[in-house]
Amino acid sequence: MSAVIDHGHAGHDHHHGPAKGLMRWVLTTNHKDIGTMYLWFSFAMFLLGGSFAMVIRAELFQPGLQIVQPEFFNQMTTMHGLIMVFGAVMPAFVGLANWMVPLMIGAPDMALPRMNNFSFWLLPAAFALLVSTLFMPGGGPNFGWTFYAPLSTTYAPESVTFFIFAIHLMGVSSIMGAINVIATILNLRAPGMTLMKMPLFVWTWLITAFLLIAVMPVLAGVVTMMLMDIHFGTSFFSAAGGGDPVLFQHVFWFFGHPEVYIMILPAFGAVSSIIPAFARKPLFGYTSMVYATASIAFLSFIVWAHHMFTVGIPLTGELFFMYATMLIAVPTGVKVFNWASTMWQGSMTFETPMLFAVAFVILFTIGGFSGLMLAIAPADFQYHDTYFVVAHFHYVLVPGAIFGIFASAYFWLPKWTGHMYDETLGKLHFWMSFIGMNMAFFPMHFVGLAGMPRRIPDYNLMFANFNMISSIGAFMFGATQLLFLFIVIKCIRGGKPAPAKPWDGADGLEWTIPSPAPYHTFSTPPEVK
Amino acid sequence: MSRHPRVWMGLLLCLAFSTAEASWTVNMTPGATEVSRTVFDLHMTIFWICVVIGVIVFGAMFWSMFIHRRSTGQVPANFHESTTVEILWTVVPLLILVLMAIPATKTLIDIYDTSESDVDIQITGYQWKWHYKYLGQDVEFFSNLATPSEQIHNQADKGEHYLLEVDQPLVVPVGAKIRFLITSADVIHAWWVPALAVKKDAIPGFINESWTRIEQPGIYRGQCAELCGKDHGFMPIVVEAKSKTDYEDWLAEKKAETAKLKELTKKDWTLEELVARGDKIYHTTCASCHQPEGQGLPPMFPALDGSKIATGPKENHLSTVFHGVPGTAMAAFGKQLSEVDIAAVVTYERNAWGNKVGDMVTPKEVLELKQAEEQ
Repeated sequence: MSAVIDHGHAGHDHHHGPAKGLMRWVLTTNHKDIGTMYLWFSFAMFLLGGSFAMVIRAELFQPGLQIVQPEFFNQMTTMHGLIMVFGAVMPAFVGLANWMVPLMIGAPDMALPRMNNFSFWLLPAAFALLVSTLFMPGGGPNFGWTFYAPLSTTYAPESVTFFIFAIHLMGVSSIMGAINVIATILNLRAPGMTLMKMPLFVWTWLITAFLLIAVMPVLAGVVTMMLMDIHFGTSFFSAAGGGDPVLFQHVFWFFGHPEVYIMILPAFGAVSSIIPAFARKPLFGYTSMVYATASIAFLSFIVWAHHMFTVGIPLTGELFFMYATMLIAVPTGVKVFNWASTMWQGSMTFETPMLFAVAFVILFTIGGFSGLMLAIAPADFQYHDTYFVVAHFHYVLVPGAIFGIFASAYFWLPKWTGHMYDETLGKLHFWMSFIGMNMAFFPMHFVGLAGMPRRIPDYNLMFANFNMISSIGAFMFGATQLLFLFIVIKCIRGGKPAPAKPWDGADGLEWTIPSPAPYHTFSTPPEVK
Repeated sequence: MSRHPRVWMGLLLCLAFSTAEASWTVNMTPGATEVSRTVFDLHMTIFWICVVIGVIVFGAMFWSMFIHRRSTGQVPANFHESTTVEILWTVVPLLILVLMAIPATKTLIDIYDTSESDVDIQITGYQWKWHYKYLGQDVEFFSNLATPSEQIHNQADKGEHYLLEVDQPLVVPVGAKIRFLITSADVIHAWWVPALAVKKDAIPGFINESWTRIEQPGIYRGQCAELCGKDHGFMPIVVEAKSKTDYEDWLAEKKAETAKLKELTKKDWTLEELVARGDKIYHTTCASCHQPEGQGLPPMFPALDGSKIATGPKENHLSTVFHGVPGTAMAAFGKQLSEVDIAAVVTYERNAWGNKVGDMVTPKEVLELKQAEEQ
């Protein structure tokens, strides 16, 4: 691995900063530049996907059709899901990995820098393709982000082919990103950085990367089967030709369930760095955290049919998937107990990263409880495809993945920019997000249990009160994210200079280098004792 | 900060003026059957277990957050490992899960037992309506949304059962074990009635089974639960449970209606009669895609007003309605509608809006086409 570093030119290259102008960003192979681009891109997608959510919540503000027609409403729910999953959450974690994994393991860069550049630049192309479908005749994808056949094949708008190619591009980008993370972690660790000394963020990303490599090809497979059904006369998902629409769901959820862990494991890792830093106490149960993460990843492959309890799988299958799903509660519980024990008898302060991290633990656990309820197959017959499910996965994704990303951003912004962010505004951002998010998503449990199906543009009057509260909460949460944009820009442009280690309780190699992190770091590997 | 009170004022005002029917229901219905009550009990048991665990874990966290702060002069402890507690909080949750799994398994086995049914009903999902067929009884009909479009588009006050009302409910007897055979004619739908705790996907080409035994006469409402396209939110389910004798009366009446419909085919219809009947059929069956004024929603749903098919040769027009257009959302209505209704709707489409063809398709012609197909 050390052969990668060309010592003959090291002295010469050392004084090279970034190139000037736009081409710096187009041609860069620097992990920090690429990480920055990933993060900005994901934030742009977060705002775009969020604006679609605002359309949804505006239509659901009152019963009756007011703002959009059902065709367009379905396009909004579909695009909101696709953009948030593939455009906002996943690239944000890849951005964090790009920035932080080399800094945490003492590597000079990612192992495969040119591929790194390519995997980023595929994303704008993929999303331009995806968003352009909204302007095509017949409109964009309107079959939900889970795109069940035959609604997404025989009955789909013509733009579905563009959707399929957009998914292919995202998949290629994710797989390359994952290969890069694995190659970096396994080959470029500083001397003395054994696997069991790695920060948990590195561990969780290593496991996430394996999940990505395992399931993104499955996603590519399922959209290719759709493509064949639509254009080349096959019948994978059409019973009339000897196929089976339920096959689609099996293949999709074999991708889809590990995918939900892809969206949460890196957040687990980041929070496992942040809570010890602000509790000023080492992480409780490091080893069990690693094993719990690996167990969750393993279990994620054998629970997919719990998304399909109502499709009519045989009783034995139903029981197997129910038991396996319930088992996930065990390693997840271990993680929550470990975080709580890390806080116990610490010396806590509550700066913005800690606020987001603690809210993460509590609210993600609430999402975990509703997940456990959903695992109980007979009860799931009542919950399935209702707003209870919408409440559940928004509780694990918004205060889970998204709060994890916010916590990470505030935690490492001083390292990235060299300035402290505005703590007052950061706390305001947290509290507005916290209140808005709970107001938006908690009432969804109620309307779901009362019988409101998901993905409907209009509803009976008995659901009206809670929907109005949800919409007000959603508008509040949405508007608050512009404050985050302001805080980040303010932090980049100036602010109190950040020391190398702005958090006194923080631990790790990233705090041994100056703030902002120089363009090239760890050209000589650090020694880890 | 000044905007906070205004947001809350706005919220209160909105709620104060929201309609009287709007409710604050926060929980699942215990329902109307033994199974639905078992499911409800299971739901509540797991809910309370989660609440207890939540109170303990969050309680410890909040205690810690109030006591173990730097501002109270806490010095951090340094413990970071304990194999004993790790084993403890792996094994205890595991035991709790086993306790949850036992009643869940029992209930599931019960729900899956569809044997020894008294009444068998085939349910077929269509975009966007339900078809009910009483097996062995020669009774079948479609059940369409009955909420007027003025209510949906806010031109009229919304009724109590807004979006949860149909033209013909599914009628079943109380006390009998009713087996549902659920399938679909196009995309995947899901038949869900919360009060019965029955939710099963309707999958084209496959038949799923489910069952219920309703104890009390009453009306139970539900909706399609699987995204099935544009009008997914507008295909409700209404189940009317009647006493045994009322059910028998209803069944007899329904059979007589079917016989009467066959008589209608033989009748000689005038253009005006067909157009008047077609007007009604068009608005329940065709208008959701082709729109009330025939303008369609191109390119997915073409316009009929001035279209080549609706103003061209009538044989071609009839064939399109009868056979559908494979590979598109246009279904084959030959098997969905009676001869009279097909004749009426085709005639209506040829003579409505700007279409002034002036000819008509008679029920007899539709019957001839049907018989020709069957040979």
